[in-house]
Amino acid sequence: MSAVQTAAPPLALRTRRLAVRFRPTRFVLNVILGLIALFWLVPTLSLLVISLRPASSFGVTGWWTVFTAPTQLTLHNYQSLFSTGFASGGILDSAITTALITVPATVLVTVLASLAAYSLVFGRWRGRTAVFLVIVALLVVPVQVALIPVAQLYNAFGHVSGFNPFGTLPGVIIFHVAFGLPFGIFLMRNFYTGIPKDLLEAGRIDGAGEWTLFRRVVLPLGLPAAASLAIFQFIWVWNDLLVGLVFLGGNQHHTLTIYLYGFTRTLANNYWVIATGGIISILIPLAIFFSFQRYFVRGVLAGAVK
Amino acid sequence: MSRVVLKDLTKRYAGGNLAVDRLNLEVGDGEFVCLVGPSGCGKTTALRMIAGLEDISGGQVMIGDKVVNLLPPRDRDIALVFQSYALYPHMSVFDNMAFGLKLRKTPKPEIESAVREAARILDLERYLDRKPGQLSGGQRQRVALGRAIVREPAVFLMDEPLSNLDAKLRVQTRAEIAALQLRLGVTTVYVTHDQVEAMTLGHRVAVLREGRLQQCDTPRRLYEHPCNVFVAGFVGSPAMNLDRLPFDGTAARAGEVGIPLPGAAAAAARQAGLSEVVLGLRPESLSLELDGGGDGATRLSGAVHLVEDTGADAWVHVDAPGGSSALRLVALADARRLPAVGDRIVLAVRVAEAHVFDPATGERLGD
Ligand SMILES: Nc1ncnc2c1ncn2[C@@H]1O[C@H](COP(=O)(O)OP(=O)(O)OP(=O)(O)O)[C@@H](O)[C@H]1O
Ligand SMILES: [Mg+2]
Repeated sequence: MSAVQTAAPPLALRTRRLAVRFRPTRFVLNVILGLIALFWLVPTLSLLVISLRPASSFGVTGWWTVFTAPTQLTLHNYQSLFSTGFASGGILDSAITTALITVPATVLVTVLASLAAYSLVFGRWRGRTAVFLVIVALLVVPVQVALIPVAQLYNAFGHVSGFNPFGTLPGVIIFHVAFGLPFGIFLMRNFYTGIPKDLLEAGRIDGAGEWTLFRRVVLPLGLPAAASLAIFQFIWVWNDLLVGLVFLGGNQHHTLTIYLYGFTRTLANNYWVIATGGIISILIPLAIFFSFQRYFVRGVLAGAVK
Repeated sequence: MSRVVLKDLTKRYAGGNLAVDRLNLEVGDGEFVCLVGPSGCGKTTALRMIAGLEDISGGQVMIGDKVVNLLPPRDRDIALVFQSYALYPHMSVFDNMAFGLKLRKTPKPEIESAVREAARILDLERYLDRKPGQLSGGQRQRVALGRAIVREPAVFLMDEPLSNLDAKLRVQTRAEIAALQLRLGVTTVYVTHDQVEAMTLGHRVAVLREGRLQQCDTPRRLYEHPCNVFVAGFVGSPAMNLDRLPFDGTAARAGEVGIPLPGAAAAAARQAGLSEVVLGLRPESLSLELDGGGDGATRLSGAVHLVEDTGADAWVHVDAPGGSSALRLVALADARRLPAVGDRIVLAVRVAEAHVFDPATGERLGD
């Protein structure tokens, strides 16, 4: 980005520049990319259209007929889904439950991973590399392997403390945080290693303690990485079915994925619920993605050294 | 304001590498001392120990009258200018300079005026809202200096602050630093590998070699009385001519010619029973005699091997007969009257300016 706005060049120059800018390979590439994107969007698009068509038309006419007969579109499906209000087991209750799990799980992972990465990169204790390697090794543990041991752990904890996290929101959140941390630490550490050590030393001389260095220097510089981590973690937890299904067993509130999953057994009659609920559950992660996107700025470290 | 005293300061890195070896140095209140030496001689390590960024393996660092070995950097009342500038890229120029003051809970109006004053001195007023990424190298350099001066520390520490600048800007900023230090009167330790920088900036210059202090003196004294061969060769550009020549009791023999040594040096060499000495002659102690002058000076004749013309001055490389092998001497010449390569010429030697060293120990002989 140049700081100075240059005046528009004379017309002759401009047309010549345009002519130079048109490159056939580039054009072909763009067309191909556009087609791939379109192809990728078709299932989501069809879901959106189905959710906006009368439930009765499913299986009678195809969703693509909407292009020739747009008048069939209606918000009826949405109205009937929302008609149950906040009753537990309804879609709104499920959405709130999901948010109550996802938001803390995301915030905790982002904050804890940033702190851990700070210590791993800028700390001065022995065995930092070994600890990091162990954390990376934890990345390969699949979720399903841990379900039963963690459930037992929760029960044991319940016996000791009187609070059994199994079947509660904290239980699910803790599980998600534990499973999100290895990747989070991995991502943040790799980003932090790119921050020049001189910057922290300058901070130390300026009078900053570890917490101030983290808060005022490292965290702001690591924002792009933290934002990507938050998005990953948010989408992963939001879309989780397995952990919620196991650890919310017996809880009257459940997540959106469990809500939708409940309708798959009678798929043909409830197609409209899945389509409509699916669209609703996509909206939130989409909003998160677009609101965090502005943190993806390149060159945050420009001008620090040299 | 305070002085800095290093007592037997030693740094041994993990792995046994002795980077700084029993360094003793006293920097007076308000004094500007340059640490100079070839790459890897331990300058940065020494400076970082003063700053508190590196653990001290042995000895003491005193700032003021306090031993600060165990104090963290922020309690040492120092400011460090990094070779890499190390500006906070996400903060504006103003915030970069104000950061230290903010952390020290200085009242807002005071911060404001301190930063504005520093910006005025360093000609940065127009850039206060910019990020470091939007500045040129020289401007970043000045911000790094500004960050140091707003804090009004007791000691400035600078690690090759000019090495990332181009030659012209370096000369200009060098003058600015000298003026700034003079004006603020802050005790300063300045690290550089550039001896010209050290000589022009330092009230005193400390020459380091492989972690050991060779000599610490005023630039003039360092130039006129280098204490050993290393310092003699390191200080001055082009370097002093240093040649090992046979010694006959009063003079060093260059082929047929005897170059009489200064009395004290000759006496010291005799006393040590030396048959050879290292003779050091600055280029300006040799002059070209194009018209063959006629007093009783010592003269060497030789053939011109190379002429380097820098504009005002020129360096003439001359091959002259020496001891066992030929001497190659560099002489300062007037660029308006230059010999051509291959010419035979006569060099007049100002013997009173000769430096004499012991070839075995490298130590200076005589006064
Ligand atoms: N962290 C370290 N661990 C081990 N050895 C080191 C470390 N840092 C520096 N050294 C070694 O210590 C010696 C002195 O290094 P130092 O950085 O102080 O040199 P310097 O005089 O500043 O050189 P330069 O002019 O190249 O900056 C060198 O031999 C270097 O290899
Ligand atoms: Mg260095």
